[in-house]
Amino acid sequence: MSDQTGPPPATPAPVPPPDPGAALSLRGLWKRFGQKIAVAGVDLDVPAGSFFGLVGPNGAGKTTSLSMATGLLRPDFGTVHVHGTDLWAQPDRAKATLGVLPDGVRLFDRLTGAQLLTYAGLLRGLDRPTVAERTEDLLRAMDLVGDRDTFVVDYSAGMTKKIGLASAMIHAPRVLVLDEPFEAVDPVSAANIRDILHAYVEDGGTVVVSSHVMDLVQRMCSHVAIIAGGHVLAAGTVADVRGAQSLEDRFVDLVGGRRESEGLAWLRSSSASS
Amino acid sequence: MVAQLVRLKLTLLANTFRRSVWQTIGLVVGSLYGLGVLVLVLVAAVAGGAADPVVTGQVITLLGALVVLAWWVVPVFAFGVDATLDPRRFVTFAIPRRTLLTGLALAGLVSVPAAVTTLAALGVSLAWWRQPAALVAGLVGGVLATALCVVGSRATTTALAPLLDSRRYREVLTVVAVVPLLLIGPAFGWLADGVEVTVGGSGADALGEVVGPLAQVAGWTPLGAPWALASAAGEGAWALLVARLAISLATVALAWWVWDRALARELVTPRGGGTAAEGKGLGWFARLPATPTGAVAARAATYWLRDPRYAASVAMVPLLPLVLLAVGLSNGAGGGLFLVMAPLAAWILGFGISNDVGYDNTAFALHVATGTPGRVDRWGRVLPVLAGGAPLCLAFALVGCAVAGRWDALPALLGLTCGVLGASLGISSAVSARLVYPVPKPGESPFKSPQGAAMATMLAQMAAMGIVLAVSLPSLALALPAILLPQPALGWAALVVGLLTGVGVLLLGVRWGARTYDRRLPELLQQVMAFG
Repeated sequence: MSDQTGPPPATPAPVPPPDPGAALSLRGLWKRFGQKIAVAGVDLDVPAGSFFGLVGPNGAGKTTSLSMATGLLRPDFGTVHVHGTDLWAQPDRAKATLGVLPDGVRLFDRLTGAQLLTYAGLLRGLDRPTVAERTEDLLRAMDLVGDRDTFVVDYSAGMTKKIGLASAMIHAPRVLVLDEPFEAVDPVSAANIRDILHAYVEDGGTVVVSSHVMDLVQRMCSHVAIIAGGHVLAAGTVADVRGAQSLEDRFVDLVGGRRESEGLAWLRSSSASS
Repeated sequence: MVAQLVRLKLTLLANTFRRSVWQTIGLVVGSLYGLGVLVLVLVAAVAGGAADPVVTGQVITLLGALVVLAWWVVPVFAFGVDATLDPRRFVTFAIPRRTLLTGLALAGLVSVPAAVTTLAALGVSLAWWRQPAALVAGLVGGVLATALCVVGSRATTTALAPLLDSRRYREVLTVVAVVPLLLIGPAFGWLADGVEVTVGGSGADALGEVVGPLAQVAGWTPLGAPWALASAAGEGAWALLVARLAISLATVALAWWVWDRALARELVTPRGGGTAAEGKGLGWFARLPATPTGAVAARAATYWLRDPRYAASVAMVPLLPLVLLAVGLSNGAGGGLFLVMAPLAAWILGFGISNDVGYDNTAFALHVATGTPGRVDRWGRVLPVLAGGAPLCLAFALVGCAVAGRWDALPALLGLTCGVLGASLGISSAVSARLVYPVPKPGESPFKSPQGAAMATMLAQMAAMGIVLAVSLPSLALALPAILLPQPALGWAALVVGLLTGVGVLLLGVRWGARTYDRRLPELLQQVMAFG
């Protein structure tokens, strides 16, 4: 935290009103769980048509923020606007334009892959021919055609991520919010998914992803926000945020916590001593 | 390590107090109830011991054998075994299995039923407070009996777990287990007949005559042997004492060995292994209307047929005719009892969805993310049960009337059944949007009861059952005299009132549930996420 350009400039005193043009506009989001304040006043604008990366250390409040931004978790304070619609005042309208891949939740895994996509499509109010057509397209795009009739409970971790991602996209949302979408996904599938997401952004969609992998975010995203301790430390285009440094170095500078490695000496000697 | 496992169990128990008020209330109520039972048992033992040690010893042996049997069998079919300390969690810690087993066994004593059983098993030896030798034998027997309960229940559940995980085997096992239960009734009837013929004397003698031979047999079985130690010592039958002690020790050792073997196998066999099953096409999704409500109904129907947790909750329904047949034959009530079948089935079916969001677990996030409205969610869950349950209940009602030879009771019976089905579905829809309690997670054995859930579950279910009973009272008040007196005119009134109650409560319950659901959708999700 010794960096001069740390938290103070990133949190200007007057917070502008929600940006109706932004795909996602968060203002003053707070969430407390018991004694622990998970999110302490997050303000964030995700410009429409951006590929937005949300990075932060473990426990920074990424998942909590994204849950509040997608209607899964009611904030203690603050507002969320999706393309100008107040999510918590008009959840039905706002949720219709959102596609969500939450992290750490189950799927209805006694359904087959094709059934799960059909279920998600029908819940979104699509008609049967549309659902059938998009199910086929998504299964092909996710390389799951051969596993369409396998129960999701028997899918591997990566396949489960992919089918979850597919069910988030079936209603052609304007904004996709994906929490850790590449976790456990093999490199080939990840590259395919990135292509799909890039094409989606080029056609005017907005993607928000959270990730631990700085390299990936630096290469993939147009915009980035660094979040730690429940605050947004920096936000903007990837070029603005990282400056001359790599995103990873910039992140470590902002978040702090690197220590000179000398500890765990016993770990190195354990094989010799035992 | 053993002490650490026990401490872990205590810590987990203490943490449930911090997590949920309802679980705390449940635990307190459960403890008070257990304490009441305990005091009752102790007073009865001491008083009985003072009056007639022989008969008291026989009664203790019989009841004790039943308690052990309950410990062994009930977790397999009903509540499941307390899975707070799931042995799988310790796989990576390289704990010697002997230590793990000892620790799990001792930690298994940390629960309300186990504590009550332990204290009662030790306490009943007070019946012999005037005979020190018998008292000591009773204490030893109490320890052995407790060990038999705890280790035996672990042994049966662990050994049967692989079988119980697959639905087909479980259905077979349920039938196999129900058959001896069915025989209990006729057995008692047969015994009572025998006693009446031979004695016909005074009450106490008759009791002794019934209990005596039964206790004699039970004392030699592994279930009753530890409870009969004190009796043997009290009568000075030392050879008998040694024999029963040997039986008890051998049984505990055998149960321990079975548990050890089963656990060793379970720890190296990942759950859900076996061949990946394949579904065919879209199933119900292709058959039901392509609307959100139709989709929820299709999903629910798929789960009713494919998820063993649902099957377990309604496993009783197809067995109802068998059970009633046995009871009816044994106590001479005859076919009349079959009239109960339809309302009972309606009640069980309606209750199947009383914790549906809990069964979804965090998969429910899909409904939240898609903003599925409460009306859609509630009706989608009700409709499959209604569509499958109504014809089944109708068939049960017709069969019931036919077997009982009471076609005149049909209107009243139909009214009552409709009322109960509608009411339990409606109340379930309303309650499940408000009260969510932990159940086995998707893919887990339906016979594991999650940590700290038993009491909360029972309270929630009791509350819902109470409401269902309350709203069914009008149709019950008309149907009972109509059937029992019999009074056909009242029967038609019961039909009308029952239909009105069923439809009315269903509509109101679903509407109330939908409104609650819409208001607290994210909170509902957070509740199931807190189950972990």
